[in-house]
Amino acid sequence: MTATPLLEVRGINKSFGPVQVLRDVDFAIYPGEVTALVGDNGAGKSTLVKCLSGIHPIDSGEYYFDGNPVTVHSPRDAASLGVEIVYQDLALCDNLDVVQNMFLGRERRNGIVLDEVTMEQLASETLTSLSVRTVTSVRQLVASLSGGQRQTVAIAKAVLWNSKVVILDEPTAALGVAQTANVLELLRRLADTGHAVVLISHNMNDVFAVSDRIAAMYLGRMAAQVKATDVTHAQVVELITAGRSGELGLAPSGTESVNGVES
Amino acid sequence: MSAVASATQPSSEIEQRPASLSTYTRNYAARVRGGDMGSLPAVLGLIVLCLGFGIARPVFFSTINFANLFTQAAAITAIAMGLVFVLLLGEIDLSAGFASGVCAAVLAVLLTKHHAPWYVAILAALVTGVVIGVLIGFLVTKVGIPSFVVTLAGFLAFQGVLLLLVESGKNIPVTDPAIMAINATGKLPPAVGWALLVVAVAGFTAAQLVRRRNRAGRGLAADPLSVVAVRVGTLAVIGGAAVYVLNLERSINPIAASVRGVPVIVLILGLIAVLWTFVLNRTAYGRHVYAVGGNREAARRAGINVDRIRISVFVIGSTMAAVGGIIAASRANSVDPNTGGSTVLLYAVGAAVIGGTSLFGGKGRIVDAVLGGAVMAVIENGMGLMGVDAGIKYAFTGGVLLLAAGVDALSRRRAAAAGLR
Repeated sequence: MTATPLLEVRGINKSFGPVQVLRDVDFAIYPGEVTALVGDNGAGKSTLVKCLSGIHPIDSGEYYFDGNPVTVHSPRDAASLGVEIVYQDLALCDNLDVVQNMFLGRERRNGIVLDEVTMEQLASETLTSLSVRTVTSVRQLVASLSGGQRQTVAIAKAVLWNSKVVILDEPTAALGVAQTANVLELLRRLADTGHAVVLISHNMNDVFAVSDRIAAMYLGRMAAQVKATDVTHAQVVELITAGRSGELGLAPSGTESVNGVES
Repeated sequence: MSAVASATQPSSEIEQRPASLSTYTRNYAARVRGGDMGSLPAVLGLIVLCLGFGIARPVFFSTINFANLFTQAAAITAIAMGLVFVLLLGEIDLSAGFASGVCAAVLAVLLTKHHAPWYVAILAALVTGVVIGVLIGFLVTKVGIPSFVVTLAGFLAFQGVLLLLVESGKNIPVTDPAIMAINATGKLPPAVGWALLVVAVAGFTAAQLVRRRNRAGRGLAADPLSVVAVRVGTLAVIGGAAVYVLNLERSINPIAASVRGVPVIVLILGLIAVLWTFVLNRTAYGRHVYAVGGNREAARRAGINVDRIRISVFVIGSTMAAVGGIIAASRANSVDPNTGGSTVLLYAVGAAVIGGTSLFGGKGRIVDAVLGGAVMAVIENGMGLMGVDAGIKYAFTGGVLLLAAGVDALSRRRAAAAGLR
């Protein structure tokens, strides 16, 4: 484990009109680790991720990348830092093949002509480096791929751009057992190659199978960020549903909202 | 060559496509069964129609009629090429027919009333097409009116503009020799026809071989030589036969006036088709057109300027309509209030769809417009030779269009089941 986080935010606040969605959220992501971001519906996971990726500007708070303070105003800023997001709905074009999708919007060219050879080679190398065996041909149309294969392509697309942080929004939600295992294995390999991986998931089995750290959100706050080996399944569920579990989590008399729900 | 491919990249986990002619044939058959039929229905339809008309009216196969087919198909094919771009985004341009009429009228008015040189008139017609396309694209993209409605309004409005330009029902003659050469009088000398065919085949072969060497050199699966040979051979045989037939004497009275050689329009349309095919397949712009047609949201997230792509396809659509209008004016030697009217638009949309371009967006090629345009011309020509009623002709053409759209919809369903789309 590295001492300094690759990406860290401190005291993030975010409101949509009168609704405060994030309150003083601290969140740190380390290279070489899978950090699971868990929380109930509406806890603020997606908003936090969108703030990290520059889709939503933050109201207040600090954003550090590699220990240096940075400002992220747009997805382009985040992408130039090396933060890539794999969305739940994947954002792939069915009528294009694997290579074309992986390079979409960032095609390699020779003059005005597309450099198909280089793109195909890089796509193959990326898939190979992730030890992907499920995608047999990089010239297959994405339409012909299964859900797990699509997820693999979406992840490989994020990796292709020398990304340092890869954030995945419920990558296994729509997958079967075997495909889920494949994707989780891929996340593990991604972390092992030095990426900082964030996994948003509702599935405790997935979370414990793959993550090094678990960050639990509760009603717009970061309830706790702990090592996966330090907590039990039941403790994480308590953190998600009540915001605290024994010593862990938000202070019992912290705010009215926590108390209100806890009773 | 597959041995080289696997030797240079032995560690690759990605399976290299096995390279042999038989595998290619098998893969193609599998794709067709899976619903991805490409140009197969159009090619089969073309063969069936030609044989049918040829048997019913042997004059169908005469050299003069063969040359006629090209001049008949030209205007519709040009418009259809532009419509392929529009259809690729799942949009429609119903105004393309009368837009071509308006552009032709601009050409004719400049030539005949203002005695402008032919190149100025052609440029003005093309610019008119660009302006129309920008207008439609702006209304669809920035204002947000569905393209069906915008272009339906354009269909009516451009008909009105055309009437105003030709001053209610008069016929503007187009007698400029350069314009007439485009699709009426222009023939390439037989030797030039052969020379161009040699250049085309050699260029195609070189392109294929270079591509193959680049891929093999980097350890990627390359097409086997046998497949390249079949492609080159097919082009050479079909092109050779066509040039041979077109170079035969087709004048009724050869002593008075000899008529032989490849029509100039074949060269013009060939160059345009190569240009647009290159744009769609080999440039980032073309890739983005397919991406926006396949999944607009994915394209937006990939950083593609979706609005700019959407406007650009309407510009290409209307500009190609202008090209179609110029070709039509050349063939008719005149522009009248019905230029680009009646069946022109439906034939052009039909040509693109019959060729295999999907009305649902994301799937289509320029060669679709060429093949579909040929089918349309053969129907028009053959029905004309049979001397059937206009009523029967329209009903039959409508049926063919419906059949093509049905094949598109069904093959889409089948492809969805087979996971190809």
